Amino acid sequence: MIDQLDTLEADALAGLEGVQHTAALETWRVAHLGRSSRLAGLLSELGRLPAEERPLAGQRGNLVKRTLEAAHAAKAEALRQAELQQGAAAGALDVSLPGRVRARGRLHPSTQTLRQIYAIWTEMGFQIYRSRDIETDEYNFGLLNIPAHHPARDMWDTFYTTTPNVIPRTHTSPGQIHAMRQFCPEPLRVILPGMCYRYEQITARSEIQFQQVEGLAVGRHVTMAELKGTCSDFARRLFGADVRTRFRPSYFPFTEPSAEMDVECFVCDSRGCPVCKYAGWLEILGCGMVHPVVLKNGGYDPRRFTGLAFGMGVQRITMLLHRIRDIRCFWANDVRFLEQF
Amino acid sequence: MRVPLSWLTNFVNIKLSPEALAHKLTFAGLEVEDIEYVGLAPADRDIDGLPPQGRPKAKGLAWDREKIVVAQVLEVLPHPNADRLTLLRLDDGTGAEHTVLTGAPNLFAYKGTGPLPLPIKVAYAREGAVLIDGHKSGRELMTLKRAKIRGVESSSMACSEKELGISDDHEGVIVLDGDAPVGRPLADYMGDVVFTIALTPNMARNASVLGAAREIAALTRQRLKPPSYDVVARGPSIKGRLAIEIRRPDLNPRFSAMLINDVTIGPSPYWVQRRLRLAGMRPINNVVDATNYAMLELGEPLHAFDWDALVARAQGGRPTIITRLPEPGETLRTLDGVERKLDDFTILVSDRKGALSLGGVMGGAESEVSQGTRNVLLEAAAWDLYNIRRTVQSQRLQSEAAYRFSRGVHPAMAERGLRRGIELMRQWTGGTVARGVVDAYPKKARPVVVELSPSEVERVLGMKITSKEIIRILESLEFTCETKTSRQRPAASGQAILRVTVPDHRLDIGAGIIGQADLIEEIARIYGYERVPEVQMDDLLPPQRGNKDLDMEERVRDLLVDMGLQEVATYRLTSPEQQARLPEASAGPKAGDDAAYVRLANPIAPERSVMRRSILPGMLQVLAANARHQDRLALFEVGPVYLPRVGQALPDEPRRLAIALTGPREPMDWKGRDRTLMAFFDLKGVLEALEAALHLESAVAYQAAQEDVCLPGRASSLMLGEARLGWMGELHPDVRQAYDVLTEPAQAGQPVVVAELDLEVLLSAVGERHVVRPVPAFPPVKEDLAVVVDDAVPGASVQRLIQASGGDLLAEAALFDLYRGDQIGAGKKSLAFRLTYLAPDRTLTDAEVAKVRARIGKQLQQELGATLRTQGT
Repeated sequence: MIDQLDTLEADALAGLEGVQHTAALETWRVAHLGRSSRLAGLLSELGRLPAEERPLAGQRGNLVKRTLEAAHAAKAEALRQAELQQGAAAGALDVSLPGRVRARGRLHPSTQTLRQIYAIWTEMGFQIYRSRDIETDEYNFGLLNIPAHHPARDMWDTFYTTTPNVIPRTHTSPGQIHAMRQFCPEPLRVILPGMCYRYEQITARSEIQFQQVEGLAVGRHVTMAELKGTCSDFARRLFGADVRTRFRPSYFPFTEPSAEMDVECFVCDSRGCPVCKYAGWLEILGCGMVHPVVLKNGGYDPRRFTGLAFGMGVQRITMLLHRIRDIRCFWANDVRFLEQF
Repeated sequence: MRVPLSWLTNFVNIKLSPEALAHKLTFAGLEVEDIEYVGLAPADRDIDGLPPQGRPKAKGLAWDREKIVVAQVLEVLPHPNADRLTLLRLDDGTGAEHTVLTGAPNLFAYKGTGPLPLPIKVAYAREGAVLIDGHKSGRELMTLKRAKIRGVESSSMACSEKELGISDDHEGVIVLDGDAPVGRPLADYMGDVVFTIALTPNMARNASVLGAAREIAALTRQRLKPPSYDVVARGPSIKGRLAIEIRRPDLNPRFSAMLINDVTIGPSPYWVQRRLRLAGMRPINNVVDATNYAMLELGEPLHAFDWDALVARAQGGRPTIITRLPEPGETLRTLDGVERKLDDFTILVSDRKGALSLGGVMGGAESEVSQGTRNVLLEAAAWDLYNIRRTVQSQRLQSEAAYRFSRGVHPAMAERGLRRGIELMRQWTGGTVARGVVDAYPKKARPVVVELSPSEVERVLGMKITSKEIIRILESLEFTCETKTSRQRPAASGQAILRVTVPDHRLDIGAGIIGQADLIEEIARIYGYERVPEVQMDDLLPPQRGNKDLDMEERVRDLLVDMGLQEVATYRLTSPEQQARLPEASAGPKAGDDAAYVRLANPIAPERSVMRRSILPGMLQVLAANARHQDRLALFEVGPVYLPRVGQALPDEPRRLAIALTGPREPMDWKGRDRTLMAFFDLKGVLEALEAALHLESAVAYQAAQEDVCLPGRASSLMLGEARLGWMGELHPDVRQAYDVLTEPAQAGQPVVVAELDLEVLLSAVGERHVVRPVPAFPPVKEDLAVVVDDAVPGASVQRLIQASGGDLLAEAALFDLYRGDQIGAGKKSLAFRLTYLAPDRTLTDAEVAKVRARIGKQLQQELGATLRTQGT
């Protein structure tokens, strides 16, 4: 009996070697471990053995059964792994193919720049104040210390409307008066974004409408040193922590002293390039200390209050940041332009 | 303004390089836009510590000191083979004589006249010299080479102004002044640098060489050496020979005149012509040149009258100059030959016979100085700057005089200009100046005095500048300063107050606190902005209020972007025609309706002549342009429209939102995605998602409506409570045609869906905050319900009724299918809803659900005549 079991085990294990797939394994299992297998037959004959042989043969029979079961399990696992491997290889993806295209929405580049500007100034405590596009001559010029026929009026190419003294604003500065009159005598820190309009030919460099962001701070000790510090902080936030600024005297009727702030050209690191017209510096914003007449028109006593103001062009800054050569791109809204933002 | 360096050095010592000087001027508010070398050589290294970047780029021609020198022509000989050419026998100071070929017409008169009694001085270029090619337009460089022209060999030349880069004049060779030293390098003799300075409108006082020199003196701590105002006047006095009558002293505060007799009209000395050219003016003759030269130098425009013409007009009597406003209908023919209609504010210089010139702007033709003029009356006046500017604008007439007078010239300058001009005229014309000045000065300018304390300077600049430094700066600009102790603040405070008197060449310094600001700017400018420290703001932070209006608007943008839409921004200036192509109520008025639009009086083009009343037309144009190269577009714009209102000067500017969708739902890719064309319900889905995100779900009612922009039956009006929120729908083919949107036959089947919403209505409905429902703790019961109703019954009313009759236990009724067909009969539709029942505090029993379901069914049958089937899920 024991010899028979030994032979059986050896045969079964040898047979298992040749099994290559799950179906054959099942056939093998039925043949060697199934109810009508030789092993089952031998085990059922155990009772007929003489009593003294029975324990030994029983032991041996159970061992053979466990061995075969273990071998079966091992083989089953090996086959499963092999088949997984095979299947995976057959179904492997070409990972180089593009992903599914998502339709992505985007903000207009002007909005994106505006938000960058908002973020920087609001962190410095400036709140956003908006005022109307269509203004009176008085708010756009008169109250800003630019009387009728003053030579400074040549600085703005103005559109006029068919209603006397009503114009599309040439700058966001009328908002200075609106904000001051609304909040006086509180101290004031506002930025004034908005669309402005100029009587210009539309070219790659000039537009009839463009957005400005103007800033205004009024308080009891606002100084030119603060104006310089604040505008330089802004430039470093927008253009890079290391960027240098410089201030040149300039003229705006509503500020005095007035200045233009340049930043080092970040395109060429001030070595000179077409963007900075080989000057190494880029003109970024106009600024100055609020003119006493303007403070007074806003309701503040210029003997006790001082103010700083600055203004920048949203499209110009966007053009510098992204090296856009043609300002007409903004209102043309070619999707192939917009999708690059 | 163009300023030659050589002229500046007449009034101030300049030790800086041109680049460093330009930098200093720019950083004092006189922006040097351009440095042009005319003979001198620019430095190409760091100059005075100024690196090459950050300084204006130099251009121009340097004259080789070895190869271009002063020479004298000894004789002008005929060319053996060419009538139009001559040969110059020329001495260049080396001892050797040279023969130089030239075609210069201005030497023709001397041809064959033998050795010249007085040699003619010329600018002589030797072989190898780099010059500008006189025969080519523009400024092309060439190197002078040996050449044989008509059998005569020549390797050098006498130069024209163009060849040397002085001007574009190539009519003849330069004839230098008689005292030019032969053999001297030309660059040393008259090499120059011209600065082009952009003056801001407040810098009128610096629209002159002396003004720029004064700034340079102040910036470099040099002393200003103004020109002499002495006049050699030996003729009989002008007193009693001329009357001046000023009728409007407010517009013409001063008018003064001097007389010069027996002038010989001719060309000015060459150095004068050269300076005028470098400064951008054309030399005319010695009389006119003297007026221009004095104007460029001092900033006071002068005007020369032919005295004999004035006397003739007075019929031999005493001429009377009258400055006045025009008579109705009066005209004047100005020097440029234009017959001008005069405005009622145009100040005229006239005599008893009529107008002579446009005061401060341009002379008249009749009294103009001509070749035959013998006696000249020279005018120097002061004019109201606002009035001159009005005239300049109204007449569309610019002149060097008007440029200066319209920015403000102090009346005190009249006398200086007059004396300087007449003396130069005397020197250059050989005339005799009549003694005395006829000076009408009815409105004397009062000296402006400003009190300023150093603490005020500190209050504005944020840094201390000492009294001593303030005084030094102001005095360098010719202010006079007087220190006095404050009455309010005793000497103990150590705060001196300065009494600053404004010099009488400037009109830009105001009184009181304005004057203080003006002075502080002057101090900061000369002291140097770069020396003002940079500090952070250290002031009280204002109350923080935020800007909810803007926040909400930006939220709308973000939401639409999240839904895959592209923001656009279009022109707010448009045309009524473009707007009226939209036959919709919101665009409203038709093209000719004037009152409907904010209309420009001076549009740049007809298509940009009014402010928009609707955003949509601009958006449709963008859509049309992009549709030529994109198959899928999902666009939106947020922005104001401009609606004039009767009885108010300024229009309302409500914000609007426009959306347009067209093309497949999803972009094309290789996985073959949803290429269904976007249509009505895609857009409605966007709007509903927007409403839901703003917590306005089910607040907006969509009602079938007739919208002219849209296809009949594919439009909806949007109501938010009682207010019209806007409309949406599929664009009408006629409108597509009008805006050229997808008009190719192949595109006809592709819908374009659009919406325009009043953002003010939408955002005003948004609540401060919203309340969140608890997450359900008990399992829901779901079942499907198919409702068959007449086709005419709106789906939304079925849904509303289900919701209403379902009560609290019905959490949701979601439409998931719509079916029309034979199974339910013609004129019917079946709407399938998935119902979700839920109780917050227990698991619902079948009996409870059945009760609710029965209630819903009964209501649907009673109210809408519906039949229904339920199917458990």
